[in-house]
Amino acid sequence: MGFFFEVLIGGLLSGVLYALVALGFVLIYKASGVFNFAQGAMVFFAALTFVGFQEVLPGWTGLDADSNVVFWLAFVLALAAMIVLGILTEKVVLRPLVNQPHITLFMATIGLTFLIEGIAQALWGANVRGLSLGIADEPVEWIMESADILVSKFDLFAATLAGALVASLALFFQYTKVGRALRAVADDHQAALSIGIPLQHIWAIVWAVAGFVALVAGLIWGARSGVQFALTFTALKALPVLILGGFTSVPGAIVGGLIIGASEKLAEVYIGPFVGGGIEGWFPYVLALGFLLIRPEGLFGERHIDRV
Amino acid sequence: MKLKHTALIGAAVAGLLATGYAAAQEQFIGLPSYRVGPFGSNGASLYGGWIDYMAMINARDGGINGVKLTWEECETEYNNARGVECYERLKTKGATGNTVFQPLSTGITYSVLEKVAQDKIPMVTIGYGRTDAADGRVFPWVFPMISTYWTQASAIINYLGTKEGGIDKLKGKKIGLLYHDSAYGKESHAILDKLAAKHGFTVEKIAVANPGNEQQAQWLQIRQMKPDYVILWGWGVMNPTALRTAAKTGYSRDKIVGVWWSGSEEDTIPAGDAAKGYTAAGFNVAGTNYPVVQEIQKHVYAKNAGNMADKDRVGSVLYNRGVVHGIITVEAIRKAQEKYGKGKPVTGEQARWGFENLDIDNARLTQLGAAGFMPDLKITCADHEGAGKVKFQQWDGTKWKVVTDWIQGDQSVVRPMIEESAAAYAKEKGITPRDCSKES
Repeated sequence: MGFFFEVLIGGLLSGVLYALVALGFVLIYKASGVFNFAQGAMVFFAALTFVGFQEVLPGWTGLDADSNVVFWLAFVLALAAMIVLGILTEKVVLRPLVNQPHITLFMATIGLTFLIEGIAQALWGANVRGLSLGIADEPVEWIMESADILVSKFDLFAATLAGALVASLALFFQYTKVGRALRAVADDHQAALSIGIPLQHIWAIVWAVAGFVALVAGLIWGARSGVQFALTFTALKALPVLILGGFTSVPGAIVGGLIIGASEKLAEVYIGPFVGGGIEGWFPYVLALGFLLIRPEGLFGERHIDRV
Repeated sequence: MKLKHTALIGAAVAGLLATGYAAAQEQFIGLPSYRVGPFGSNGASLYGGWIDYMAMINARDGGINGVKLTWEECETEYNNARGVECYERLKTKGATGNTVFQPLSTGITYSVLEKVAQDKIPMVTIGYGRTDAADGRVFPWVFPMISTYWTQASAIINYLGTKEGGIDKLKGKKIGLLYHDSAYGKESHAILDKLAAKHGFTVEKIAVANPGNEQQAQWLQIRQMKPDYVILWGWGVMNPTALRTAAKTGYSRDKIVGVWWSGSEEDTIPAGDAAKGYTAAGFNVAGTNYPVVQEIQKHVYAKNAGNMADKDRVGSVLYNRGVVHGIITVEAIRKAQEKYGKGKPVTGEQARWGFENLDIDNARLTQLGAAGFMPDLKITCADHEGAGKVKFQQWDGTKWKVVTDWIQGDQSVVRPMIEESAAAYAKEKGITPRDCSKES
């Protein structure tokens, strides 16, 4: 039974990390109705920019490469880069496409994906880099000793961080003026514009916030397996989460992440051996597909009602 | 006026002839490289080492017997369709067409396997590709050189045997196989099953879905199974993730042995401290303390002509592997020139003969500045693999350290498997294997 809980807890903690990536998709979809195909590329760009600045800052400033100052300076500069990327995306890609069909905007984000991937590697090179957040990826001793269940300190830290981020964003959407404007834009672009909400301003903010979320996701995933091109694949983990949780719900991303994370790990361990293993790549998609048939809008998504 | 006109025509003709002669004195190598995409980092190091070696041969020796090496890269992004496109684009370039095709991708290897025979361009797959192509009687145009996956698996078992104090001590042991869930990863199954039956150990196979950036479930299973060793048969992000997750689940890294595609700095640096103590196989070693690498630094980097943007990677495992590619390519062309005319560029067909008659013994390796850097290598009509041996290197936290001499794979097990598989392929395709006694 201890092993079952070990797999379950590990899956839940991984699920929170999937939710973190899914969150970036939700933010942009909520504000513009666009499925941002480039979210995975943004995670890669953010992490690569962070480690890139970590490498060059000691040379520029004379500071010790391992110092906290370099870490936070690199974080601020990477965040600034993500905000600039968000604003540029709004100005260059989205603004000319206002009122175009959603599929046009979606196609634009596909193009954006390749552009961001290319720019990231052109700026910082394709080398694989290590990234340390100073949190050891080792079991929590007292849980190990008392229950013989392995729970990683790093995963707990990442889950806490992701949880805090989700809570902050939920509050931001619910209680701030910008948050209300965001929700208005999400409901109806034209109506929001007609009551004086600056659509372009809101879009720029959303893309910048999505850039911030991508940076946090990139740092956590980069610390787990290195900063490399494979970070773009984290988006693949987020898709079933979105289908389950709903494309427009921040709490949905978290709940969807938890369900996907736990179920894929349990499936790999308990079903995998009977079908040759390696099923956690596709199992979440099968789960999401099944869910889609029952509840197409996802657990927390807005139910679509057509009036005839 | 007439004289001036004639002189101008003469000069033009002379110029054209000189240009044509220069082109005729060049040997073209098409490089289907990848420098962007998921494996761009690996490709940049490997192709960097290869190009630097050829640049060094040009700079130091003036080419191969006066024939300058030229090359052109074509970006495949490790994508099969692009690889085929690159093959077609490169095959007719240069005075004698592309000399050799080396795609550094098993997928691309399979995609052009039949084309290379039709176009008479040898395909060299060093440490990857189709294992049974080592039977040169069935695959005259393909050269999976130095060591195949099956030989490597066998050498890893032999290494574990030495760690235990004798191969017989493996009896009753449990070996976990954490493999990339792809054709590449599954190459390990048949040979390990065979070796398990021979030596009396058990193999627990655990698949990791591509790309492998999430392995919690697999390592919790390993924690339950408690294997004596784990063989890591990974690629790309799967490798650092495996090492980090092993550390997280408390599995000792000095009990993990990686294959050569899991044993580079690209695999260990991202894993940080979790990689310390981890061992991996390699048909080349890391380091800049080999004369061949120092020659590159002297003749290429000292003149700011190196291919590597990050010069710190010169001497890394994959960079040095690229140098091995360069050595084998150059030596095969040199060998072909000995038969078909020194100082003349060779055709693909002639280069194929050069590869098939390659004999880089230890004396030649010493001359090349590569003694201990790569194994001695003798290719024959029947055996397109050659050396069949690897060294093992351990990551000490900052660099790879060689911990064994060359360890041979068990050819009494591997070779019959290769011949059996090649014979099945020949039967399927209606190929009559060559009679090597009639080859010269």
